[in-house]
Amino acid sequence: MKPSIWVKRIVFIIVLLAIWQGVYMSGYFPAIQFPPPTKVFQALIDGFADGTLVGALLASFKHLLIGLALAITLGTLIGVLLGKSRQADETAGMYLIAMQSIPSIVWVPLAIMLIGLNETAVIFVVVLGGTFVMALNVRTAIHSVPPEFIKAARTMGSKGLPLFFKVEVPASLPYYMSGIRLAWAFSWRALMAGELLSNGPGLGYSLRFAMDFAQMELVIGIIIIVGVIGSVVDQLVFSKLEKKVMRRWGLLK
Amino acid sequence: MFLQMNEVAKRFDAHEVFSGINLSIEKNQFVSILGPSGCGKSTLLSMVAGLEDVTEGTLSLGGEKILQPGTDRGMVFQQPALFPWLTVKDNVTFPLKADHSKREKEQLAAKYLKMVHLTRFKDAYPHELSGGMQQRVAIARALAMDPKVLLMDEPFGALDEQTRHILHDELMKIFDETKKTILFVTHSIQEAIKLSDRVIVMGTRPGRIIADFPIDMDRPRERDDKKVIEMEKNIMALLEDEIKKVMKEELDYEAKHLG
Repeated sequence: MKPSIWVKRIVFIIVLLAIWQGVYMSGYFPAIQFPPPTKVFQALIDGFADGTLVGALLASFKHLLIGLALAITLGTLIGVLLGKSRQADETAGMYLIAMQSIPSIVWVPLAIMLIGLNETAVIFVVVLGGTFVMALNVRTAIHSVPPEFIKAARTMGSKGLPLFFKVEVPASLPYYMSGIRLAWAFSWRALMAGELLSNGPGLGYSLRFAMDFAQMELVIGIIIIVGVIGSVVDQLVFSKLEKKVMRRWGLLK
Repeated sequence: MFLQMNEVAKRFDAHEVFSGINLSIEKNQFVSILGPSGCGKSTLLSMVAGLEDVTEGTLSLGGEKILQPGTDRGMVFQQPALFPWLTVKDNVTFPLKADHSKREKEQLAAKYLKMVHLTRFKDAYPHELSGGMQQRVAIARALAMDPKVLLMDEPFGALDEQTRHILHDELMKIFDETKKTILFVTHSIQEAIKLSDRVIVMGTRPGRIIADFPIDMDRPRERDDKKVIEMEKNIMALLEDEIKKVMKEELDYEAKHLG
């Protein structure tokens, strides 16, 4: 990336911080509702220094990793089933899209009533958040395998399971990677929804805790952490992986 | 006869593509199937490949009935259909079965890549090659499994003119070297005359064979050769009626539905 782009981005954030500081100094909002950037920064430092935010982050990542792994596994199985079987797709494909359209926070009350106010309920919500989007993408991935690949492979004597694993699986990998990236994004959102209503530990729980104790600086601080992690993981891990596969497959120059 | 078609017909639901196709093709011959779009020539080739069901009649290769795809028939499509996740070499060895040792595979890949002059690109990925080079890899891949017959479905149709001519010459060399039986589908009269030992002309609506003749001319055949021009004219006349028929049908349809 060109350095001028980074200059623009840094200038933008400095201007934003300056406006924030200006609004704070105007005294229009009470300080308890509108802390200055420095206080938010301090709250973040304190949170990391005394370990509460570190613990919350670790707990959140634990929920996320377990939930995402399950979502990817389940989503792949459902997606392959719908992608390969026309019967299954005609029967259940539409409902999968319906399930996908349900915001994950809606599952929280159900999870709590079903499982209880604990970490398993949070993981359950994360799984639901990621599974459907994963399944839909895997289904698309399988449908988008170029038919000429399959024809060519068949003329070379491939059929059945070897055809699936040697041709259809690698051919659908680019879409599969997009699926994983989206599953991560949806799971991350679901995780925050689940944790907000849970009784900890976790980043979402810390956020609600900060609200209950009227610590606006920590509320804003945690929102910033959530945003930073969401975008950094996407950019550094999933987008990179996806682009790497697409380039190798010749879909991206 | 080596490749035999008896009373072959193809229907898609109520639509009949062709019927009553009878053909006998000898070993080591280069046979072109020439015809306007819609005559079913590609469908017929797919049936030989075993990719399409046969509605009626039988096809057999070397005395064995064709029921499904098999490594005794290599196919090259209009699209190279190379696997983008494999290197050129791995694409060529893809059809080789597990009973080949790794060294044998390497040797076979080297042999056929040399034949298509792509030795230098054995470790490249398909998207790093031009369209013509990709199609040469596809030819090497089809040859690597040592098929009894090579099926080619408008293999040079998507290439530019110059590349096409270069590949014609390469294909002729490969044909000389390997002495494979080649069944070649095209809509280009020139291409058919330039390459083939025998040209089968198909008509459309309904699809059927309207002419079948040998080409006894020395290769390479130049475009401005008198005999070539003569033959081109003859085939053009044969096909003109077919194309007119399609045009008339389309115009009648327009007149009926828009007039």
